[in-house]
Amino acid sequence: MGDSPGDAAQVRELGNTTFPRLAWRHAAERPQAPALREKDLGIWQTLTWHDLKVEVEAIAAGLSAQGLTRGAHVALVGENRPRLYAAMIAVQALGAVPVPMYQDAAAQEMVFVFENAEIHYAIVEDQEQVDKMLEVRDRYPALGCIVYDDPRGLRNYDRPELSSYEGLLEMGRGLLKSHPGFVQAEIDKGSPEDAASMFYTSGTTGSPKGVIHTHRNLISMSTVASQMEKLTSAEEVLAYLPMAWMGQNIFSYAQWLINGFTVNCPESQATLTADMREIGPTYYFAPPRVLEALLTQVTIRMEDAAAPKRRLYEYFMAVALRVGGRILDGDGSVGLGDRLRYAMGKLFVYGPLRNSLGMSRVRLAYTAGEAIGPDLFVFYRSLGINLKQLYGSTETAVFVCVQPDGQVRADTVGPPVRGVEVKVSGAGELLIRSPGLLREYYKNPEATLEVKDADGWYHTGDAGYLDADGHLRIIDRAKDVGKLAGGQMFAPKYVENKLKFFPFIKEAVAFGDGRDRVMAFVNIDFDACANWAERRNLSYAGYVDLASRPEIRTLIQECIEKVNADLAADPMMSASQVSRFLILHKELDADDDELTRTRKVRRRFIGQKYQVLTDALYAGLPEQYIETQVRFEDGRVGSVSATLLLSDAKTFAPAPAPRRAA
Amino acid sequence: MNNRKIGEVVLDLKNISLAFGGVKALTDISFDVREHEIRAIIGPNGAGKSSMLNVINGVYTPQQGEIIFRGQHFHKMSSRKVAEMGVARTFQSLALFKGMSVLDNIMTGRNLRMKSGILAQMIRLGPAEREEIAHREHVERIIDFLQIQSFRKIPVGRLPYGLQKRVDLGRALAMEPSLLLLDEPMAGMNLEEKQDMSRFILDVNDEFGTTIVLIEHDMSVVMDISDRVVVLDYGKKIGDGTPHEVRNNENVIAAYLGVAH
Repeated sequence: MGDSPGDAAQVRELGNTTFPRLAWRHAAERPQAPALREKDLGIWQTLTWHDLKVEVEAIAAGLSAQGLTRGAHVALVGENRPRLYAAMIAVQALGAVPVPMYQDAAAQEMVFVFENAEIHYAIVEDQEQVDKMLEVRDRYPALGCIVYDDPRGLRNYDRPELSSYEGLLEMGRGLLKSHPGFVQAEIDKGSPEDAASMFYTSGTTGSPKGVIHTHRNLISMSTVASQMEKLTSAEEVLAYLPMAWMGQNIFSYAQWLINGFTVNCPESQATLTADMREIGPTYYFAPPRVLEALLTQVTIRMEDAAAPKRRLYEYFMAVALRVGGRILDGDGSVGLGDRLRYAMGKLFVYGPLRNSLGMSRVRLAYTAGEAIGPDLFVFYRSLGINLKQLYGSTETAVFVCVQPDGQVRADTVGPPVRGVEVKVSGAGELLIRSPGLLREYYKNPEATLEVKDADGWYHTGDAGYLDADGHLRIIDRAKDVGKLAGGQMFAPKYVENKLKFFPFIKEAVAFGDGRDRVMAFVNIDFDACANWAERRNLSYAGYVDLASRPEIRTLIQECIEKVNADLAADPMMSASQVSRFLILHKELDADDDELTRTRKVRRRFIGQKYQVLTDALYAGLPEQYIETQVRFEDGRVGSVSATLLLSDAKTFAPAPAPRRAA
Repeated sequence: MNNRKIGEVVLDLKNISLAFGGVKALTDISFDVREHEIRAIIGPNGAGKSSMLNVINGVYTPQQGEIIFRGQHFHKMSSRKVAEMGVARTFQSLALFKGMSVLDNIMTGRNLRMKSGILAQMIRLGPAEREEIAHREHVERIIDFLQIQSFRKIPVGRLPYGLQKRVDLGRALAMEPSLLLLDEPMAGMNLEEKQDMSRFILDVNDEFGTTIVLIEHDMSVVMDISDRVVVLDYGKKIGDGTPHEVRNNENVIAAYLGVAH
C-alpha cells in the first residue's frame, strides 16, 4: 500500500486548507473540467469548476447581503441538487456552518434541530420543503430567511422571509460588481480549525445530537482514504443518498473537492436506475439496503425469465459464487477450467447483469452504515464488482477501517486506516483515536465527555474485536448484544441480517435478550411477495391482505427454517434459532419512529410498541389482536388493526461436535 | 390559491339546444366561462355533460344557440378551428397511442405547431432538426411538470390507468392551450390518484394561467377545486354558481339524492 512520504506530506498540506479553497484550486487548475452534472429536462447538464466558482461567489455575496455572518448555522434541505452543493461551499466560504437535514423528515422533527442549532437561515429545494420551513417557522420564529431553488408552485407565497435562489444570485452579482474581492477575502479569513459542517446523528435512542467537524478533520481523513484507493479526478460519482447523511457528504462532497472528480445528480429518485446506467459511475457507494433491493429486483426478473435463460443464469451464478470472488482477489490457485467458465459467464451473464445494474464501470464500491449479509456481499463480488466494506460513523468522519484490495472478507470490516488507532475496552467496546474524530457535540458537553475521553479515545458503542490478521470484526451494537436465559450470546442484528437476505423479507426484528427462546417479527417485501403470488395466481387486495395470506406465511416460514438450519451449524449461534414468528400487518416506518431516518430498526421501541405481540409469542398463543397508530406523511394520525397469526418454526439440533462428524 | 386574477368572459354559450333525432340531449343551456377560472360541469349520468363539451369542441353541432369565443360568434365550431384557437381537450375513454412511448404521445400534441413538412422531418434537415429540438424541450418541460420522468420511454399501454390519464393531460398541455377541456379527468381513479390529479389541475391553472372547463361526476373533488359550477340534469341546467351556492341549491340536491318535493 502507498504509505509513501509523499502521501503523508499531501495529508499535512491538505489538512491546512478549507473546502472553499479546494474548490477554488480546481477552478484555477482545471477550469473547464466538469464538476457537477444534473439531469434536467432529459439531458445531462454540466457545470464546470469555473462555472461553479462563479456561482458560489454570487450566492455567497447574496447570502452575506441577507446578513449571514461567520459562525452562523444554515440548514440545507433537499435532494442532491447542484445548487445545494454550490450553496454549501458558499456558506463555508463565508465561515458559516452548513447543517444538512433529511429531506423526508417531517416539520415537527426538524423543529428540534432548528432550536438546538439556533438556525436562522435555510436553503431548500422546492415547495414541499418551503411548506415545512414555514411550519417550522410557526413554532420557531427566529428562522428569518428561507431560500428556495425550484420556484414551482411558490408564485403566490407572499412572505417576506422567502427569497429565491435566482434572486439571491442576482443580488450577489450586483454586489460583486462593486466589491469583486469580497468572497476571496472571506475565504482567506477561514482556518482549517473552523467548524466545516454539522451533522445531526439519527440516534437510535434519545434526541439527535449535532456533530461538529472541522475542515481539518474531514479533509485529512478523506485524503488518507482517497490515497489508499488511488482516487483521481477522473472518477464519476452518482449522488443519490440523503445529503444529511455523513457518508454521502464524505463521498460526494469532501472527496469530490479533494480529488476534483465529477458528481452527478439524478433527475429524480424514480429515475435512479436509468440515470445510473447512463452515467456508469466508477466509484459507488451503497448501504446494504440498496444492494438488497437491487438483488431482489434481479431475483424477481430472473424468476420471470424463460427457462433456458434462467438455467443459464443459475449455472453461471454457481460458477461465479465458487470462483468469482477469488479471481477478483487475484488468487492464483484458481484453475484454468474455472477461469474459462468464468470468462464465458462474464460474456453471457455477469457483463449484461452489471450493465443493467449500471455497474459496468464500477472500479471501487463501498458498503457501510450497517452490517451486510455475507451472502449479499459475496453475490456482488462474485460478479467482479469490487465491493468492499468499511466501518465508521458520523463521529469518526466515516473512515475507521477499510478493506484493502486483496484482503476483502465477508465477515470483517478490514484493518484500521492509516492514522487511526483501534482498541477494545475491558467491557468489549471498541475505542477509536483518529484525526477524523468529531470536535464536539454542539452545546452538549456531557454527551461529548461521554463518548470522547481525556486521552482522546472515542467510545463507539459497538462490540467487536481485532482478529489475528488485524482485521476488525463487528458483532453488534454493544448495548444490543444480550444473553439468552440459557447464558448463550444473543446478537439480534446477526439473526435479522440472515433473515433479510431472503428477497421476500424486507425487515426483521429479533427478540431474545433474557428469554429462553428467540422470536421474530417479519415485514414482507411487497414487490417480491406480490410477484411470487402473481405467478401462483393468488389474488390479494393490498399489502395487509397479502401479508396475511397463508401461502405467504408458509413461504416466510420456509425462509426462517433455512436460517435456523444455518444457525444450528454455528456453535456460537445455535441457540439463537427463531422458534416462533409473526408477519406484521404494516410496514415498519420512520414516520412512526419504528426505523431511524437511515432505516435502521429501533428494536427497543418496537418491542415496547408491540409488547402485546411479543408477549403473545412467548405465551405460545395462536393469534393476537392488535391496534396500532400510524402517522401519515402530512402529519395526520390514523390507526390500523388486525388479528395476526403467530406461527411456530422448526428448529434444529445444534451441529454435532466435530469428533462425531468425523 | 385564489390570488390568480379571474378575468373577462372568454367563452359564452347562449341558449344551446342539441337533439339526436327525437332525443333531446341539451335544452336551452346558457352559461359562460371567464379567463383563468376553473369551471366545472357536473350532473348525474346521462345529464348531457359530455355532449356539452362536444358542442364546445366542435364535435357536435347544436340545432339552436350561439357560441361566442373570444369575441367571435359561431353557430357551430369546427374541431380544427377550435384547436387552432387554443382549445385542447382530454378524453374520458383515453385516446392515446398505446404502443408509443409517453414522450412520443405527448409530442403528438405539438403537431399543430410543427411547421416543417413531412419530407424535411424525415431527413431531418437543419431547420427541421432545430424545430424538433425546440418541441422536444417543450415536451420535456411538461414531463417535468407532471413528474413522469421515469416513464418517458415506456409505451403508454404498459402504464397504470392513473398515469395514462396524466399522459393524456400532458398531450393536451403540449398544445399550449389557453382553454383546456377535461372530460372526467378523475374517472376510475383511486383516492390518491384523484388527489394527484386535482393538484395537477390546480397547478396548470396557476402556473400557465390556463382556463379550465372540466366535467366530473364526483362532487367532492369538483367542489374543492372549481371556482364556479354548472349543474345539468336531463339536458337542462338546474344550477349555476359557486360551489357553496350549488351545494345548497335544492334542485341540485334533489337531482343527486332523488329527494321528492
